[in-house]
Amino acid sequence: MGFGNKKIYGHGIMNPRKYLRVYTKFLHTSLASELEYKTNILIDLITSILSLIGSIFLLSIFFQNNKSIGGWEFEQALIIQGIYTILNGITNTWFNPNLTEIVKHIREGTLDFVLLKPIDSQFYISLKKITPSGFLEILLGFCLLLYCIKINQITINFSFLTLFLITIICSICILYSLWFFISTTTIWFVKTWNATEVLRSFLYIGRFPLNSFTFSLQIFFSVFIPIAFITTIPSEVFLGLSQFWKIMLEVFVTIVFLFSSRKFWLFALKFYSSASS
Amino acid sequence: MISNLFKSKIFTLLKVQYSNMMEYRVEIALWAISGIIPFFMLNIWTNNNLNESLNISDVMLSRYFLCAFFVRQFSVVWVVFSFEEDSILGKVSPYLIQPLNPFLRYFAQHIAEQITRFPFALIIAFFFFIFNPESLWIPNIGTLFLSIIATFFSFLIQFLIQSIIACLCFWTEKASSVERLLFIPTLFLSGLLAPVVSFPEYVKSWIYLTPFPYLIDFPANLLSGNATNINGGLSMQILWIILLFPIFKKVWALGTRKYTAMGS
Repeated sequence: MGFGNKKIYGHGIMNPRKYLRVYTKFLHTSLASELEYKTNILIDLITSILSLIGSIFLLSIFFQNNKSIGGWEFEQALIIQGIYTILNGITNTWFNPNLTEIVKHIREGTLDFVLLKPIDSQFYISLKKITPSGFLEILLGFCLLLYCIKINQITINFSFLTLFLITIICSICILYSLWFFISTTTIWFVKTWNATEVLRSFLYIGRFPLNSFTFSLQIFFSVFIPIAFITTIPSEVFLGLSQFWKIMLEVFVTIVFLFSSRKFWLFALKFYSSASS
Repeated sequence: MISNLFKSKIFTLLKVQYSNMMEYRVEIALWAISGIIPFFMLNIWTNNNLNESLNISDVMLSRYFLCAFFVRQFSVVWVVFSFEEDSILGKVSPYLIQPLNPFLRYFAQHIAEQITRFPFALIIAFFFFIFNPESLWIPNIGTLFLSIIATFFSFLIQFLIQSIIACLCFWTEKASSVERLLFIPTLFLSGLLAPVVSFPEYVKSWIYLTPFPYLIDFPANLLSGNATNINGGLSMQILWIILLFPIFKKVWALGTRKYTAMGS
């Protein structure tokens, strides 16, 4: 019996192949349902292009009469913009649609169904849905980065690429953990949809170099909401300016964030009493 | 008699929506916090002395961004999201039967939310003045009155634009993506992130013909005591309202004719 249970619920055993198979099914179903609204996707595409134009416009206002802001020149600040755009695209594609769903699951009591499934609940909740229109944003971000490589005359070599990849993956993990943290609090407060909105507005700051803020705000954005780690360090790596300890620190922060968000979810589940009980 | 009936309708609606909104105090507080982007922008502006070339002092700029925050707080509109949800869930049909335009209901909802939001906005302003005591000022009654009107007009313009978009739900079901598209120029051109005076000439030459600078920049300049054309601003706002209202009426009439209730 004990063995059978283990097989059904998969507790303790993570079978990567099974999870991969389930994930392809997730992709298939959510893409199919999203493609129902084709004009929507088109409008979202225009929105993300306009949004990028708007932020570059804002940046150009800042640099109208100044050569550098917080030690960053316009061409360098564009890198931050590119990385922000990629991360924002990832947020819109994966984090936002899924994690706002948690709120719905808890309010309507459908989290029960998720917990009953023989699959890890965090996996299910974090990856069930996908919004394809975010892909264009990711693509736009990469194009901007390629352009930045050209205008900043960056030489690409193997160590540059690995370091950049490491830092950007860390950023994605931190970002995910932040979203997941906030969404998990729903178990106690039921409606934290607006809390994600607060997070969103704070993350907006990630578009600008951290050094352009006053010292107290820099501390705030490094410690409480680690925007410094999310966009500034990858951009510094991109320019070849980052010190090694900063990268190590980012890796460390990422591990702490991922680990504690997992623990927090398992802790929160103990407090979950389903809708009608 | 008719106007009396109308008044009592509005009053009841407001009362109902206000008690409804009081249920969601924490949410509204969070909403208020999520609007603090102008303060971060202020930090970038003053910390890098970007305002020197504009001939605006730090104090005036900080007042501008505080006012921008206030104007934004009291002109946030989300009618398209409410209407979309109601129309997908099939709640619009019972609303249509009632002898009351559903948009009046949403309108009351917004006003009630603004009243609930007011204390939270004041608390945030209080903290702002603790950190920036030198920017404390008291606007005179006249400007205060005018800027409340200007803010209300800004709210009305946005409410009308979003209501027109919301009516698209009759045709496409998901109208909120159109709203998200329109939000981008609102965000960047309204003066929430940078005052319109700082814009380059090639934008300034046409921007005053669009409704955007009258949404935040004009009321915020008015309230903070920065230079602005009061008569021109107010008349442009009124002009836009006069222009948008018949469009809304028309789209609403077309939409309700097109509407087929759930399941029919």
